[in-house]
Amino acid sequence: MKKEHSKAKKYGMVIDLDKCTGCGACMVACMAENNVPFKKDESNKLDSITWLRVFKLTNGKSFPDADTCYLPRPCMHCEGEHGHAPCVSVCPATATDYSHETGIVSQIYTRCFGCRYCMAACPYHARYFNWWDPVWPEGMEKLLNPNVSVRMRGVVEKCSFCFHRYQAAKEKAYYEGRQELEEDEYQTACTQACPAGAITFGDLNNPKHAVYELKKDKNAFRLLERLGTNPKVYYISTRKWVRQAGDNYLEGYETEGKVKKHR
Amino acid sequence: MKIDRRSFLSFVIGGAAGTALTPLPWKLTDDLSIWTQMWPWTPVPQDGEVSYVNSVCTLCPAGCGISVRKVDDRAVKIEGMAGYPGSNGNACILGMAGLQLLYSPTRVKTPLKRVGNRGEGKWKAISWDDAISEVAGKLGELRKDQSSAVAGIVGSDRGTVPQLLKRLLTAYGSPNFMCSPSMDDSYALTLKLMHGVSASAGFDIENANFVLSFGSGIIEGWGSSVRMFKANSALKDKKGKMVQIEPRLSNTAAKADQWVPVRPGTETVFALGLAYVIIQESLYNKDFVENYTAEFDAFRQMLDAYSPDKVAEITGIDAEAITTLAKAFAGASNPLAVCGRGQGTTPGSLHEFMAVHALNALVGNINKKGGVWAVPAPDYIQWPDPELDDIAQKGIQTARADGAGSEKYPHTASLLNRLPEVINSAAQSPVQALLVSGANPLYALPDSKAVKKAFDKIPFIVSFSSQMDETAQYADIILPNHAYLERYQDVPTPTGLQTPLTGLSKPVLDPLFDTKHTGDAIIMIAKALEGNIAAAFPWDNYEVCLSETLGDKWDALVENGFVAQDFQEPGWEGAFTTPSGKFEFVSKACAAESDKPVFSSVTPEGDEKTYPLILIPYDSMRLSNGFIGNPPFLTKTVEDTVLKGNDIVVEINPATAKDRLFSLNDGAPAMLSTPRGEVRVRVHLSDGIMPGFMAMARGLGHTAYDDYLAGKGANFNELIGPAEDPVSGLDSAWGIRAKLTNVPI
Repeated sequence: MKKEHSKAKKYGMVIDLDKCTGCGACMVACMAENNVPFKKDESNKLDSITWLRVFKLTNGKSFPDADTCYLPRPCMHCEGEHGHAPCVSVCPATATDYSHETGIVSQIYTRCFGCRYCMAACPYHARYFNWWDPVWPEGMEKLLNPNVSVRMRGVVEKCSFCFHRYQAAKEKAYYEGRQELEEDEYQTACTQACPAGAITFGDLNNPKHAVYELKKDKNAFRLLERLGTNPKVYYISTRKWVRQAGDNYLEGYETEGKVKKHR
Repeated sequence: MKIDRRSFLSFVIGGAAGTALTPLPWKLTDDLSIWTQMWPWTPVPQDGEVSYVNSVCTLCPAGCGISVRKVDDRAVKIEGMAGYPGSNGNACILGMAGLQLLYSPTRVKTPLKRVGNRGEGKWKAISWDDAISEVAGKLGELRKDQSSAVAGIVGSDRGTVPQLLKRLLTAYGSPNFMCSPSMDDSYALTLKLMHGVSASAGFDIENANFVLSFGSGIIEGWGSSVRMFKANSALKDKKGKMVQIEPRLSNTAAKADQWVPVRPGTETVFALGLAYVIIQESLYNKDFVENYTAEFDAFRQMLDAYSPDKVAEITGIDAEAITTLAKAFAGASNPLAVCGRGQGTTPGSLHEFMAVHALNALVGNINKKGGVWAVPAPDYIQWPDPELDDIAQKGIQTARADGAGSEKYPHTASLLNRLPEVINSAAQSPVQALLVSGANPLYALPDSKAVKKAFDKIPFIVSFSSQMDETAQYADIILPNHAYLERYQDVPTPTGLQTPLTGLSKPVLDPLFDTKHTGDAIIMIAKALEGNIAAAFPWDNYEVCLSETLGDKWDALVENGFVAQDFQEPGWEGAFTTPSGKFEFVSKACAAESDKPVFSSVTPEGDEKTYPLILIPYDSMRLSNGFIGNPPFLTKTVEDTVLKGNDIVVEINPATAKDRLFSLNDGAPAMLSTPRGEVRVRVHLSDGIMPGFMAMARGLGHTAYDDYLAGKGANFNELIGPAEDPVSGLDSAWGIRAKLTNVPI
């Protein structure tokens, strides 16, 4: 038991919001990699399936003191306490689960029957429901990736940290007689795609991985930390208002510096 | 047995408890979720052998190295190619969505001949032989008496395909070879006038540590987007500074260390104001200015009119802020000033380019590390001049239809923006046949209505487009090109790169449809025209032409995808070939009307009374606004503050919205009109736009393409007209007067 624990991974992300340009390359990389469908009108963002969505934050000040910042939001792969992520706790079908081996919150489409409890429970709006069957224009189904199954009407889907890439990397390592993966062997599609190098992905438990140090940056924060979801996606911003926006900052509430851990 | 209440309840409850103990309900729930997901219309992508093919993206002039993942013969994903100069391992959002263009239902699958009215969309599929002989027949007929009435429009004039078209026109006898205008034209002209060289501008941004950008969307697609993103991140890592001078809080402005919201159209004045301070405070590079420049005194005298106080009045920026910024810029070890608004898709005012470039000269970062370099044009195309027959000799001597190279605009090579007006004001169109390749002028040129009217007067239009875009829809014959992932193509130096580079785009998969490479189509047309024209094209096909042209580079290109030329910073010695042999701060050529050098500003069209607001465009990485229409993935990423349903959303300052006669809430519909057009919009109240102005995204409002793009939003070009730059003749419009009115119910 103990031995297993020492080997457990905690895959996570650190996103540098100072570098993020809001270009959206990560979103397209994600959609192309994960066979995310698209409709003729995607301007209603409530039903627009975007595993990774880039939000635009504004500081609320008037011209010329206005400022904006982009914030890419994948699934946070919350650990909660001992793997009790908000969505995992409520799923009646065990369609979503927290893996103690990788720290990844899975979503098994064939188990999901569409009750959407998990969507209600997720404080990050990271989960999306398939209200319609996906339709690809004639000829375009050719670009579907065989490593990720296509979802259908009636199920919930979300970012998987490109779990199929982890599986492929593990298989390759196993084939080569290795137990451990190198940092660059398993990277998500968005991390790989970001032209600004704003996203860093790796094992938060592994001191050899870049995320290990980055997450300790003095400007690092997580979204809605006070809820105790214990997310595995960290953000870095040198702008105070951005850091405050990350935690539903209320006037007079002490959140600067080290945020109090929820108990 | 009598069924009383007690036994009935026992039976029901017992039955329910019993059933619950069996696996039946769980099995049924499980089955239900499986059954409901077993419909045949959900595709199951076929598995197969995975391979990667490297190529170079040609969707924009940035030319990034890409790596395409294939599963058997299907292309499933585009990623960046590691090690490619500039883009190194990454591609932009459009590049990554490129497969949706390859597999798009709007591909032109076979040569088409129009059978209905223009633009009606009625076509007849014809064979390649018929299509070529039809085009050659029309051109042959026209050649008898008016060879110069044939014009060609291309995206950029660099590379073998545009050069083949140019060669065809020359051998045929027409000077009318035109390129889609961009900031590259203005920069080329700036270098011509100030350096005296024919070169493109390269920016050694990786080695700069203070970037002063005059509205350039450094992280919004200006230059080579991927390279600029990387440079911007590197600048942050090394704690460099970026200052953005722009009236709107663009992404670049938001990410910059300082945002200077000058009044639009006063950028030139602002640049001159900075120059004034740099000279006044004696912060300029004395070595460069004293030994390598001319007309410095004239420049200094002219600057007298641009003291910080005066500049503050015009630009709306504090005099003190101007002085501080000028000192910071001149005090940096590697300052770099750039211009070209947004993605640089419009050329802009030449005086603005010259004023900004003068800043670079003052701090001496011309042809130096971290500065602006004059990059010579690639020289691998060394074809012998075609032998011209009498018709061609005479034809190419005639004046160009667009007025480029005329007495009025002697320095400019091509003025496509002037063509619509020239055609519309003539009794008979000076262009009788038009060949369009790699461009979509009906969408991308300002004042779409006028462009359409002009196209109506051209009797014969041939499109080489692989997509059914607006111009292809309006053509008489379409000779569809292979999609960009199905063909060989040379890729000249990426825009803005400071060292010459040649890339090679390679076919990733076999052509899906009955298409032909435009290079081949041009060679076939030339052969069908016979005589000297055919003789000018000695190659059997395009691939032979390309491999012969690239010569000893070919093998390396096929192997690595690119050949980088060993190129060092050109330095100052012997770099300037102006009449004075030095860098010229003010050129005789830029004196607009009088002999005195005057830096002019462009005022937007329209009168203030009718049109109290000013509309300006903005560019976004998520909206392709050139000759490529947005693929569905890109449109999906567009925010609902840019496009809502089919309505385009315009940004307006809350203060301005409150001033209107009717109330405008966020998301409210309104009619937006300018002197050139009117569209229905929604308003988005944004504090990032200067009061009195409105901003609208470029890249929407397509009438062509599929339901994922067509009819969404409005095309900015329908609302704006071109404004001729007095020196270059290029389009310098940056905005237009506009008004918002209540939507009629």
